[in-house]
Amino acid sequence: MPAAPDSSPPATVTPSRPDLFLGYVKIGLFGFGGVAAWARRVIVEERRWLTEREYAEVLGLGQVLPGPNVGNAAVMIGRRFHGLPGALLATAGIYCAPLIILIALCLLYDRYGRLPEVRPVMAGIAAAAAGMVIGTACKMAGKLKLAPEAVLLLLVATFCAAWLRLSLPLIVLALAPLSITASLWRAGLILRKATS
Amino acid sequence: MALLLQILVTFSILSLVAVGGANAVLPEMHRQLVELRGWMDDATFSQLYALAQAAPGPNILVASVMGWRVAAWGGMAMATLGMLLPSAILAWCMAGLLHRLRGAAWLKPAQAGLVPIAVGLLLAAGLVMAEASSQFGLLPLVIVAASTLFVWRTSWSPLWVLAGGGVLGLLLLG
Repeated sequence: MPAAPDSSPPATVTPSRPDLFLGYVKIGLFGFGGVAAWARRVIVEERRWLTEREYAEVLGLGQVLPGPNVGNAAVMIGRRFHGLPGALLATAGIYCAPLIILIALCLLYDRYGRLPEVRPVMAGIAAAAAGMVIGTACKMAGKLKLAPEAVLLLLVATFCAAWLRLSLPLIVLALAPLSITASLWRAGLILRKATS
Repeated sequence: MALLLQILVTFSILSLVAVGGANAVLPEMHRQLVELRGWMDDATFSQLYALAQAAPGPNILVASVMGWRVAAWGGMAMATLGMLLPSAILAWCMAGLLHRLRGAAWLKPAQAGLVPIAVGLLLAAGLVMAEASSQFGLLPLVIVAASTLFVWRTSWSPLWVLAGGGVLGLLLLG
């Protein structure tokens, strides 16, 4: 049985090494509050390195592994295109600009004991970034054409993390086996195994 | 030297328990740095966290700022390395494992099973950020709603809403 076809399978392009690095520099540099939203924007919409589904799968793996999910995704995506140099370039790209800015902030903080009064500006940017993350999640959910039980699991994960504030390892540990089982069942693999 | 090594080890351990990234590991980071090691007090920890939030990029870099506070440049280097390296190596090995398993009939559906959780947790992160911004009143929530619609329904660059949010914040929240 063929996999469910994407509605409009966009052609993906393989980034060159400089492209990979520069794409990740952009993700790191613009990622105020929500790097995951920018990562999807650059990788799926702007540069078309991966399809919506491929990106969501890499992000999902990045989520269950320890460490920053987008950082984990950078290692895996970098490796996929250019092996070890790719993983190093993507990782260096995502962290280099923010680190330089952080060092500048640390020096300012060291010298003046506090940061210049940017709270109102940062509050406005943070609100917009929150909307960007929510909007990105909505966009992904819409484009991925999830099965009903997958939508339910998505909402349960959201509810556990945002309302109950359960710890993420706990949520992943509880929901990942359920969700994987549901997905295998949807693909007909569990039944097939039972009959053979 | 012993201090730098301690920083490296502390953050390496944090790296391996950081399922869910920086925000998930923050309570444990606080316990390690403030309560167990006594490297800084509560107020400093909060200030440094705010400092890290002011920079763009993955918020796991909060570790770099903490390391810098404990032992200047060497501390920053060790904390960053400790926080990033172990989890990156794990991700590398996982990618290798998947590559070896490619073609297995169950792999694609199994991986697809993680997708709803990834999107659900992304949505949750956005909602938590929105709630945090509501401490400034109603206006941030209006910005959140406008930004959500902008990013969801259009494909224009989100830089516009980030810039717009910053300007509105400056004019109306100051």
